[in-house]
Amino acid sequence: MSDVLAITEHRRGELRDESFEVISAGRELADDAGGDLHLAVISGDVDSFADSLNREGVDTIHTVENGEEFNHDVYVQAIEALYNDLAPAFVLMPNSVNGLDYAPAVANRLDLPLVTDAIGFEYDGTLTATREMYGSKVETTVEVEGDQFAITTRGAEWPTAEGVGDAEVSAFDFDVDEAAVRSTVTGFEEVGSGDVDISEAEFIVSIGRGIEEEDNLPLIEDLVEATGATLASSRPIVDNGWLPKNRQVGQSGAQVTPQVYLAIGISGAVQHVAGMKGADTIIAINTDPNAPIFDIADYGIVGDLFEVVPELTEQFS
Amino acid sequence: MKVLVTVKEVAELADDFEVEGTEVDDRYLEYDLNEWDDYAVEEGVQLNEAGVADEVVTVTIGPERAEETIRMALAKGADRSIRVWDESFEDVDLLDTETKVQILSAVVAEEEPDLVLTGVQAGDDAFGATGVALADDIDFEWAAVVNDLDMDADAGVAHVHRELEGGVEELTDVELPAVLTIQTGINEPRYASLRGIRQAQSKEIAPKTLTDLGLDADAVQSDLTLTNMYEPESESDAEIFEGSADETAGKLAEVLREKGVAE
Repeated sequence: MSDVLAITEHRRGELRDESFEVISAGRELADDAGGDLHLAVISGDVDSFADSLNREGVDTIHTVENGEEFNHDVYVQAIEALYNDLAPAFVLMPNSVNGLDYAPAVANRLDLPLVTDAIGFEYDGTLTATREMYGSKVETTVEVEGDQFAITTRGAEWPTAEGVGDAEVSAFDFDVDEAAVRSTVTGFEEVGSGDVDISEAEFIVSIGRGIEEEDNLPLIEDLVEATGATLASSRPIVDNGWLPKNRQVGQSGAQVTPQVYLAIGISGAVQHVAGMKGADTIIAINTDPNAPIFDIADYGIVGDLFEVVPELTEQFS
Repeated sequence: MKVLVTVKEVAELADDFEVEGTEVDDRYLEYDLNEWDDYAVEEGVQLNEAGVADEVVTVTIGPERAEETIRMALAKGADRSIRVWDESFEDVDLLDTETKVQILSAVVAEEEPDLVLTGVQAGDDAFGATGVALADDIDFEWAAVVNDLDMDADAGVAHVHRELEGGVEELTDVELPAVLTIQTGINEPRYASLRGIRQAQSKEIAPKTLTDLGLDADAVQSDLTLTNMYEPESESDAEIFEGSADETAGKLAEVLREKGVAE
């Protein structure tokens, strides 16, 4: 009754990192609660996925054959059936885009209290989860009432599970109610190709909300030109249509690994950091000394970009 | 076709603030229309302008103060609004998804929309769960994190793009009626025009209590209790350049030269 059922994730034939992180998170919870860790892998080449997922700490891997790709209607039904079979205390799901597309429905259908985007948790008979609020400006702990719970875990907060395990692999048979499948994935589209591939750049000057207005772009473009950098941005700049999508760094944009990443007016939301933390050297210019970007920066200027950037451009002209 | 858009008034924290217990004092908070909902409102209004929707109704769970934010959505082109509030909410510091879903389900039962649009998440508590949980509860189909919508109302299908991680979009056909959670960037939310603001003054904001919706106070029993709130400890070991703008820029230029990325 204190088991954990963790749901893995794959896309276009490959398991995603979240699958191995959710194993670590699941093992932690299963140890706290004194139960087993069950994994579910739904759709795709489940047998080959099960081989890869057989890491240390996994007790059982349930394979659910059904179609190639993620379909939330199938996922919800499969998890519901597994839940009824296993009666776990915890259903753990990645807080990914696809996680957001099925986890709330799972919780609703199974009448489980739901905590999303957890960055930590403890269980000693009572579940306490750690979450952020107000755009990562505060952390909170949340006590959850109940005996069984649905939790989604934030990516990159738990380590990837390593080591070879000796999990039992078990094919889970269930009949999909096709009438309840009312959405169809018809394909995928790569976005963000264009004139420049920012993922190849050695020096990136990246801008965020702090530049305030589109009219301020030339100020940055002057710096880019003087230094030979590549211009990129965080999400709001692209949402506003000031730069094309292929310039966006972050979870839903490009992953970049430059030698130097100069973040100008970027607060450093977790979704942005996911795309640029692989930079060798991170430099931030921001007026807010508490901006999360300073937590990962190597060098920083707490100041007004409208004063600092022209001076910096001057240095290279 | 009737479109229901969920609209939340969210609090944003000032750069400097203090936490007292499990909340931040009102003087450090600024209230605004949730960013994601702004895009959802715009999408609803555009469906209306394109002749696909006949009426765009917004629904908000919030105190009277939220009417200012609701007026903003009305000024942008929503036709009328519903605001749900009950005194019993005042003692709850974190409404869980289940509570919101119960309330919104009751509103859906009254309004019978063909399409519900919600923001992907709210900027304050960032649960990102209401839309999909609601869809399951009212037996609508759904899609989460939608950044492109092509509505074929005659065929009863919404062709959507879902924004996945890493610059990939999933193309999905969703049967109507449906709930779509709207991602920022799907459109360009308009500014409210002066004319719109004037017109909004005469549009209806219908206040509703739990009783009006056929719910009792038990609906507000949240499974989640905030037990602590604190500022995360800074892990910063960044070298911060001090001085005037030209001094700090000079030091930064030196680093860029040292790293060999700029000359």
